[in-house]
Amino acid sequence: MKTTYTQIENGKGFWSLLLLLAGMIAVGLAATFYMEHNGHWVTGMDNQIVWGMPHVFAIFLIVAASGALNVASIGSVFGRKMYKPLAPLSALLAVALLVGGLAVLVLDLGRPDRLAVAMTTFNFKSIFTWNVILYNGFLLIVGIYLWTMLEKRMNKHKDQVGIVAFVWRLVLTTGTGSIFGWLVARQAYDAAILAPMFVVMSFSFGLAFYLLVLLATYQLTGREVGDYVLNRLKSLLGVFVASVLYFVMVYHFTNLYAAEHTGIEHFILLNGGIFTLLFWLVQIIIGSLVPLALIYAPQFRQNRSALTAAAILVLLGGLAQVYVILIGGQAYPLINFPGYEVSSTFADGIVNSYVPTLAEFLLGFMGVAITLIMVAVAIAALRILPSSLADKVMDPHALVAAQAKK
Amino acid sequence: MMNRPDDNQTTANTSELPLLDRRAFLKGGAAVATFTLAPGIILYTTAEARNIDERATDKVRWAMLIDSTLCEQGCSECVTACQDENGWGSNEIKSRPSQQAQWIRKVELKNSETGMLHSLPMMCQHCANPPCVDVCPTTASFKRADGIVLVDRHLCIGCRFCMMACPYKARSFVHETLTNQKSNAPRGKGCVEACTLCVHKLDAGDGTTACAQACSKGAILVGDLKDQNSELAKRVSKYATTQIRADLGLNTGVRYQGI
Repeated sequence: MKTTYTQIENGKGFWSLLLLLAGMIAVGLAATFYMEHNGHWVTGMDNQIVWGMPHVFAIFLIVAASGALNVASIGSVFGRKMYKPLAPLSALLAVALLVGGLAVLVLDLGRPDRLAVAMTTFNFKSIFTWNVILYNGFLLIVGIYLWTMLEKRMNKHKDQVGIVAFVWRLVLTTGTGSIFGWLVARQAYDAAILAPMFVVMSFSFGLAFYLLVLLATYQLTGREVGDYVLNRLKSLLGVFVASVLYFVMVYHFTNLYAAEHTGIEHFILLNGGIFTLLFWLVQIIIGSLVPLALIYAPQFRQNRSALTAAAILVLLGGLAQVYVILIGGQAYPLINFPGYEVSSTFADGIVNSYVPTLAEFLLGFMGVAITLIMVAVAIAALRILPSSLADKVMDPHALVAAQAKK
Repeated sequence: MMNRPDDNQTTANTSELPLLDRRAFLKGGAAVATFTLAPGIILYTTAEARNIDERATDKVRWAMLIDSTLCEQGCSECVTACQDENGWGSNEIKSRPSQQAQWIRKVELKNSETGMLHSLPMMCQHCANPPCVDVCPTTASFKRADGIVLVDRHLCIGCRFCMMACPYKARSFVHETLTNQKSNAPRGKGCVEACTLCVHKLDAGDGTTACAQACSKGAILVGDLKDQNSELAKRVSKYATTQIRADLGLNTGVRYQGI
């Protein structure tokens, strides 16, 4: 059966949502101006915790961006028919998440006015440089991918472009993970597993984002989405959440085995205060085990509230995970003199503390708002959402049964 | 367009008139630098000023040798001298202490088992394979041909990736608007900075750094690692020296004796 795509209607609710998001963006820009005008002394960041809350949001959104494209890739690269109608929203969300994340990243620079320098002066040994290329390339390729899906004359190319986009997104998240994986200096980083772990994290965060946007838009616009589609996406989310857990386990067990890394492991897993709490309570329990229970427990089988809750918790756990990796990794002191107790005027040998300020949060929220406003405007302006994802349209068994009845 | 790593560029805006006059004065001759190696022993070395148009060369590798057995606990002569020379430490008035720049700091060490104490200054280690240069997306972090690692303040976008990458916490980010900077260290809000190995002094032919000059115990020696006749090269070849985190293979320009 042919899928019909239609724009959403832009009624009162739509404009209210747009106004709310525009307000969040305006507040975020004001926070940026405040931080950039005064300098970073008004933030919680310092010379020990050099990347703070804006980076947590930025990396979280950027990681989720590539994962949001998965739904489209499963349709075009792996030829699964059910996913094809879901693909345009997947590509749109991927672009929107990346733009949101990059906006936060760029606006936290010490010299955001020199963005042109970053776009024109490259150091090809830097993974940051490669990421600049990968991010821009992703926007271009996924933009073209979206075009091949929306423009009938281009439809015949969408599978090929989909393959390029899929490969590109894998490289892109590898690049994001390598920002940390290639940092030889710090105990928490310098690990090749971080790159594939970020790829799997992207699967999980991206799909959770996708599910929430799908459920919210269909609910708000009165369109139908059936259990057939949701159950497939739900199972996939379960596999991704479990995979992230697997990578987290391998990372920590490997570190625990090496005597030189037991310090950082004890810090994160046992006595790291907020980081230990975030790791066990938010990342592992609330963000992984509870969602797995909500996804796989038989009593929640057809329960949409449970699925929505699971997706929200996966995102919450993901945010906590990025926080623990990013801030926890910086909070733990550098080990320059093994076997010595170290002290100095520059925080040598001590655990660094970080208290994010409101302005940093507002900048992070702005990234989320940019993502959502892009999605909202695009689905109102373009034919991105299928009119219906009801079982009678999507489920091949239902289709066969309906035809037999005729 | 900017000059690049192996150029004669030091930090930007090093064109202070008195400095130029001094360079002109030194151009044809040699400057005499005096080192106090140990109480009672004075070493005289000669160092030539580099012409402003002359490129830094890899025939030289500027390095530093720090004798921690001479460095006194609680003494911060080197730190004060660096502050005076490069204009940091007093003009960040809004930043919290943890946000204020520190180009050089004194680190106190106590062996956890034996209780043995060491005291030593830490600063940019001027690595031959500097991670900060590797990670910098805009090539603002660069290494000169003579081994000095610097930040080009015209290219630094303030991303702080170099600070994440430096194993020695040698770099600082400027968190507020600054005034009254020294012309040899044009520090500014939103950029990253670190010890320059007093590149302006080395280029002027001083042959030493402010910290080395200020150390009354003679614990800091500056010299050319590639010049077999330099005091530094002689001592490095004679005594056991340590590179901090030598396991990383960075080949630091700053070496330590006694730890």
